[in-house]
Amino acid sequence: MLNINNLSKSFNTGTENEINVFEKFNIHINKGECTGILGANGCGKSTLFNIISGVLAADNGDIVLNGKNINNLRENERAQFIGRVYQDPSRGVSPSLTILENISLSDKKCQKYTLKNLINKKNIDSYRESLKSLDLGLEDKLNTEVKYLSGGQRQSLSLLMATFNKPELLLLDEHTAALDPKTSRLIMEKTQELIKNHSITTMMISHNIKDVIKYSDRIIMLDKGKVMLDVKNGEITEKELIDIFNTKNYDSYMDEAV
Amino acid sequence: MKGIDNVNSLIQTAIEQGLIFGVLAVGVTITFKILDFADMSAEGTFPMGAFIFAKFILAGMSPLISTLLAFFIGAFAGIITYILHVKMKITALLSGILTMTLLYSVNLRINNKSNVGLFNYDSIFDNMEVIIVLIIIVTIIKILMDLFLKTEIGYLLIATGDNETLVKSLGEDSNKYKLIGLMLSNGLVALSGAMMAQYQGFADSNMATGIVVIALASVIIGDTIFKNSKKLKRTTRAIIGAIIYKVIGAIAIDLGLSPQDLKAISAIIVIVFLGYNNLSFSIPFLKDLKFKKVKEIV
Repeated sequence: MLNINNLSKSFNTGTENEINVFEKFNIHINKGECTGILGANGCGKSTLFNIISGVLAADNGDIVLNGKNINNLRENERAQFIGRVYQDPSRGVSPSLTILENISLSDKKCQKYTLKNLINKKNIDSYRESLKSLDLGLEDKLNTEVKYLSGGQRQSLSLLMATFNKPELLLLDEHTAALDPKTSRLIMEKTQELIKNHSITTMMISHNIKDVIKYSDRIIMLDKGKVMLDVKNGEITEKELIDIFNTKNYDSYMDEAV
Repeated sequence: MKGIDNVNSLIQTAIEQGLIFGVLAVGVTITFKILDFADMSAEGTFPMGAFIFAKFILAGMSPLISTLLAFFIGAFAGIITYILHVKMKITALLSGILTMTLLYSVNLRINNKSNVGLFNYDSIFDNMEVIIVLIIIVTIIKILMDLFLKTEIGYLLIATGDNETLVKSLGEDSNKYKLIGLMLSNGLVALSGAMMAQYQGFADSNMATGIVVIALASVIIGDTIFKNSKKLKRTTRAIIGAIIYKVIGAIAIDLGLSPQDLKAISAIIVIVFLGYNNLSFSIPFLKDLKFKKVKEIV
């Protein structure tokens, strides 16, 4: 589904502050799976997402999505295949527009935007239905500006908008990290529902080991730009993951597992 | 009786000028308020519109065509700011200042002089009362802008100023919308300049000094006074803001203020309205004052 081959990426190249985040990095993501990505700050998780989604250009290597090399596609051109939900709930919405206006914009995603009126009253009922599935009462607030919504409401709207055109790949970039535990659980459940209902291949960065174990089919742990652990869910316990996270003793676990 | 007539005439002049500045304020609203782009190039585009109008009217073209050409050529000034900012990665503020500086010389070149008299030439105000012509033009611009902002492209323009990441995630190049916004804004500013040249009877290279502050003052006045009115669109708020600004200036002059102090008054109006908006929520005394006011009204 997604193949990243021989990826290299460094920052501040040629200066004394040069950082090599990835060097000949390889990863394969299977179709329909939810892959949880763990790793300490600075290990390259977000850089990996930025490279996949086209925010950053790779120095070397290939990104192949469903057999198509997307290296030369710009961020907005990759949007037809890739959806992304950010940690900051405001990054996936237009705060000064209403819920209806935001959803109407995402309904036209990757189609040609024209001088036609954006709001089509015929679609309102179906938008209401989609919003109703979030169980947050947003279907009754269609004309409320998004800036007046809570973080959780905004994030669930971002999630809905990112998956509106059923992307081939969904990137969840610590998308519940800024929410309180109750809202975070709710958003995770809605995420699970959306990706299972539409069979969306998902990569999920999270620092919440419980969530990664509960919702991922596969768990990958990155350290200094390398895949240090790559296991199917069920092959590792929460405690073992926490131990590894704290001690970074990947080898001993891998030996045990073998 | 004569005094009342004078005041009426002063207020009418202020409303007429306010309507012309209303077009300017709508243009500046697109960049400063919608795109969140502090585009200073308006100081160059406003006289540019006046000089372009002068160039074509002197060449024998009709006033309407000359005015429309000022809009279209003014829109191209937006392309300069776009290239500087988007393609050459110069900050928005500096890009606008550079375009403004560039246009100062361009404006002098258009007619090869810094002041062109237009008293003996046709203008769009010849066949009807000035105020009627202005109301018609401003209404058409307002309606067209409102309709545009309701379209898919119009909403993407708003979303670009709000959150570029979202626009890219919708599969669109957000720079395209910056270009549309800058062109539309500069076009309207130039149109306003062309209208002002016809109204005052001349185009002058210094006619735009401090114009961005005047436009901002108009937008801020409109937004502050009507911020709780959901029915008034931002275009209407900008136009009414410009009229109020001009009327305040006219009253101040009538009360004995020297015209040379008007620029300072513009700046003070912006400071007072911005300060009122920004500080009243953080100063308990002012907060209480507001609360009391609301209670009194209730």
